[in-house]
Amino acid sequence: MISKLPLTQNINAARDPVNLETYEANHGYQAARKAVLEMSPADCLQVVQDSGLRGRGGAGFPTGMKWSFVPMNTDAQGNHVSDGHKYLICNADEMEPGTFKDRLLMECDPHQLIEGMILSAWTIQADVAYIFIRHEYHLASKLLQEAIDACYAKGYLGKNIFASGFNLELYVHSSAGRYICGEETALISSLEGKRANPRAKPPFPQISGLWGRPTIVNNVETLCNITHIIRNGADWYKTLGIGQDHGTKLFGVSGRVKNPGCWELPMGTTIRELIEQHAGGMQDGYKLRGFLPGGASTDFLVEEHLDLAMDYDVIGKAGSRLGTGTMIILDDKTCPVGMTKNLVEFFAQESCGFCTPCRDGLPWSAQVLDDIESGNGIPADLNTLQNQVRFIGAIGNTHCALAPGAMEPLASAMKYFADDFKAHIDGKACPYSTESKAALASAGVN
Amino acid sequence: MNQSTKKDNSQANARIISSILTAPELAEIDHEISHAPYRSAVAIDALKIVQKHHRWVSDESLTGLADYLDMSTAELEGIATFYSLIYRKPVGEKVISLCDSVTCWIKGYAQLEKHISRQLGVGLGETTADNRYTFLPAPCLGACDRAPVMMVGEETHLDLTPDKINQILETPILKSPAPKNPVPKSPISKSDGGQPE
Repeated sequence: MISKLPLTQNINAARDPVNLETYEANHGYQAARKAVLEMSPADCLQVVQDSGLRGRGGAGFPTGMKWSFVPMNTDAQGNHVSDGHKYLICNADEMEPGTFKDRLLMECDPHQLIEGMILSAWTIQADVAYIFIRHEYHLASKLLQEAIDACYAKGYLGKNIFASGFNLELYVHSSAGRYICGEETALISSLEGKRANPRAKPPFPQISGLWGRPTIVNNVETLCNITHIIRNGADWYKTLGIGQDHGTKLFGVSGRVKNPGCWELPMGTTIRELIEQHAGGMQDGYKLRGFLPGGASTDFLVEEHLDLAMDYDVIGKAGSRLGTGTMIILDDKTCPVGMTKNLVEFFAQESCGFCTPCRDGLPWSAQVLDDIESGNGIPADLNTLQNQVRFIGAIGNTHCALAPGAMEPLASAMKYFADDFKAHIDGKACPYSTESKAALASAGVN
Repeated sequence: MNQSTKKDNSQANARIISSILTAPELAEIDHEISHAPYRSAVAIDALKIVQKHHRWVSDESLTGLADYLDMSTAELEGIATFYSLIYRKPVGEKVISLCDSVTCWIKGYAQLEKHISRQLGVGLGETTADNRYTFLPAPCLGACDRAPVMMVGEETHLDLTPDKINQILETPILKSPAPKNPVPKSPISKSDGGQPE
């Protein structure tokens, strides 16, 4: 029977990571073998397009459509003709605060990712692939390299894989830090050995990416999905989701819940089920104030949104983004202004410094938030922040989405937690700080 | 190499480079170059290789490496200083990277930061007098379900508490509170003229 939760079907926390032998015993590399030997790249692309898979790195762009822009040179018989390198890059630079899903996939089942990469490389006819992994993921890097070595030894990677004539070299590139490397064009710059400055688009990486050649960058989880889509087909994949979107996804919860963690659930599962059932609800003594649905760069949502389905468009219509699907919970004893300040400071620090609104605007926002949080805010600060949201948050004022992403939690915090911002300014102190509470208690205020 | 002048320069520099970059470092860098389209494409890998051998990248290493990769020192410096995990100042035997991102912040980052500072007698960005630890903040380490989180060297430590930190760092429990502005003890500050206690 085919698992309803394919991404984690081999994953068992109590067991060692899946090795090549175990992976193959569970139908591993059958899809890759079948595709490379029996399916054309166009056939594979069609299956991925039909599956409706949307990118799991945060943006939710349809994967099949992204791939369809890669130029395919074919001769009169429809056979692919190479006119130089094409690249596939796995974005394993998991640095979105609050996100811890790709680590699980790489540390527990590295072959699932490698098979997904072979299939994806075959589809776009890439002959070189990279896994761009953050430096801190030492265990994942080591396990991936071991898995890659095992694949080379068996002829699943390298020259003439599965004796098909198809060549694919796969390298692990360990990064040297900086959140911006997760932005696909910045990642490409970094892989070229440069500062990780994002590039203006167009040209899109599908046309001119790594070293000026056609390049596809996909998230770890996206590529893991490909393994199962090609193995079991688009129709099967579509039966997995229970809402608008198809397939399953790794969803996570962190913060003051009883059982923080990461679970594979059907797309379309409600937020309430994730937080209350899987994460066990709030810890005793804490109440839910709000949550960031998909990492640091997504808008806050609040209690009224708990029954929304975790589908890209549903969360989008509610004014936020599904993002990486890993929720960060704001509880009633944590200061929303302080939390927003932490988020904006992160983005200010991680700006690559290329575009002025981001380089100079984000530290300004962080400074205003620091003033408010430390009791030095004035009413006009709120207006300043609103203006910053307008100018820094506008898509098109910067090369990439870092600065607009930074404005998402800020804009939504000012909307949902306006009373908290006001209380900081009026009371000239953070009402959540231990000092304020002590002062209030001694003044007889509860 | 197809340009003869460049080749002459390379040969002239070869001796200097080999006195700065050791044979094992050069072998690892050459391995990276072997699958790169041009030498400077491996700049980040090469910086990481040098750092792996020396714990940081000195001015001498940087200059030698720039020569070896056919790029200007300024360009390589621009790359080295861009990346937060390339250290252009000496660090201790192990770097403590304490996550200061959102979930860890919610779960008590501020107290842990104070605790570590007090136990080690150094603030963020500083190195202990015995040169064992350099204490740095880190962006989200991708283990938010087990926050607060820190890394010590290559080890990730989860569900941190002050007691757990004491065990990990093997620090004695300090009886007296640390001075409010501890005297910086890192090699960096020594060369800046920092006074011993």
